[in-house]
Order: sequence, then C-alpha cells, then structure tokens
Amino acid sequence: MRAALLVILLLAAALGAPAVAAASTGFGVAGQQPDAQPPKPVDEFVPVSQLPPQDQLPAAPLLVSAYAFVWLALFGYVVSVGRRLSKVQREVERLESDIKRGTRA
Amino acid sequence: MPKWFMPLALVTAVMFAASPFLIANADYEATMGLVQKIFYYHLPAAWIFLLSAIICGIASARYLFRGSPRHDRLAYAAAELTVLFGAIVLVTGPLWARKAWGVWWQWDVRLTASLMGWMVAWAYLLVRKYGGPGSDKLAAGLALFGMANVPFVYISVNYWRTIHPPTTVVPTLPVDMGAALWFAVACFLLLFVLLLRLRVHLEDQRAKLDSLYLSLDE
Repeated sequence: MRAALLVILLLAAALGAPAVAAASTGFGVAGQQPDAQPPKPVDEFVPVSQLPPQDQLPAAPLLVSAYAFVWLALFGYVVSVGRRLSKVQREVERLESDIKRGTRA
Repeated sequence: MPKWFMPLALVTAVMFAASPFLIANADYEATMGLVQKIFYYHLPAAWIFLLSAIICGIASARYLFRGSPRHDRLAYAAAELTVLFGAIVLVTGPLWARKAWGVWWQWDVRLTASLMGWMVAWAYLLVRKYGGPGSDKLAAGLALFGMANVPFVYISVNYWRTIHPPTTVVPTLPVDMGAALWFAVACFLLLFVLLLRLRVHLEDQRAKLDSLYLSLDE
C-alpha cells in the first residue's frame, strides 16, 4: 500500500515537474503561442506622464545630438588633417629651398 | 593631390548636404519612431569603421611580410579613420539605444566587439606615437588583431542572443527607407575614400620631410 502510494506520488511529481517549471519560467504552452490569445481590451487611458522613464524620453534631442556629433566629428577631423598637412608642406617647402640654396652656394 | 580629389570632394559635400532631406522623408519606423532615424548615419559609419579596420589589417600584413613603406602609410591612415568612424558608431549607437532599449549601453557581443575593435585602433595609434623605434611593426601586428575582430562584430548579431537588430534588417527595408540608407552609405563611402587619400597624402609628405632631413644631414 505504501509502495503504491509512493509510486503514485513519484508519477505525479514526474508529470507535474515540467508543468511547474514551465509555469515558473513563462515558457508554457500559452507562452509558446502568445499570438493565440487576443490582446486585452484597454479599460483605462494612461497619461503620458505616467509612462516608464524610457518611454517618456523625447527622441528629438537624442536624434539632434547624434547628427550634430557626426557633423562636428567629421568637420573637426577634416580641419585637423588640413592643419597638419599645411604645417608639413610649409616645412617641406622651407627645407627644399634651403637645400637649393645650399647646392647653389 | 590627384585631379579627381576636388570634384569628388564637391560631389560628396553636396550629397552630405542633401542626405538629411532624404532621411527626413523616409517613413518612421513603427516601434521606435523618430529616434530610429539615427540608423541612417549609424549603419554607414559602422560599415566604414569595419572596412577601415580591414584595410588597416591588410596594409599592415603587406608591410609586415613585404616591408613596403607605402602600405605602412596606408595602414596608419586607415587606423586613424577606424578611430574616427568607430567614435561615430559608439556615440550614435548609445544615443539611439537610450530611447529604443531604455539603456545607454548593453554588454552584448556586437557592442563589446565593436568597442574592442575601436580600442585596438586606438592602441595602434598610441603604439605608433609613443612606442619608439620598431613600433611600426608592433602596431602592424595589432592591426591584424583589429582585422580579425571584424567578422565577429558582423556575425555576432546572427549567432548570439542580443537585443541589437540582426543583419537581416537591411534587405527587408521598404523603398524610401532603403533609398535614404543607400544614399547615406554612398556619402560615407565617398567621404572615406577622400579622407583616406588626404590622410595618406599627409603621411607621404611626412616621409618626404624625413628624407629631406636625412639628405640635409648627409
């Protein structure tokens, strides 16, 4: 009798364990087919001020910051290369004229 | 500088000035809305970042195994552009993520591998600047690691679990979104060609300066 009860308990545990695990992790039959359930009707309107912080965040400043950074970074780089190039070219011209003067002398 | 440089620079400037109009006219993405428009500069900058790292790696390999100084100069120029375009990617990405994901940064494979690639390019430049004699070959070795990182950055979104959009997004873009993206890609590609040529020219001039100093010493 005890053995039979133990077998029934073990069988129940073996069969029930996946269901418990699925329910606890949210991967049950219903979790695998979320589209099968129709969306719940909206029974209240939520003001935008009560949304989570990431949803309240305005997009425009982020967008403007991104584009401004791209333009400024590219412009700054072009100016930086232009300055370095003109400095090196001035020095090359100066040395070339020095060498020419040296060979003439 | 070559003859094509100035006309191409003019065309690129006009295209860059026109790109915001195309981007503004492209449809809003359904879930992300306005902030998704960062994508039109973020993605081309990311592709150029990876392309630049590949060019730097190939040129460094040629310098290491064939000893060509011309390729060393190309690698140096490409490393600097990897840092520039990497900075654009790593700044515009978090600005987009803050709204789309609710966080500035996520330590997933795509973002972490991109940061690593950018840091390798920085390491290349720092080694070249402060490494002393022989640092050019040490930096060339670093560039090979930077290039090896590129495939990981690209495929990471398809192989590992991540919240970053996968590479399959681009072929599915509707016409107006696709047009804005490919126009921006063309802008960034032309700009990259121009900047690379300009930066290589600077290195050529520096090499010329070194040879002039050497001839003066002799």
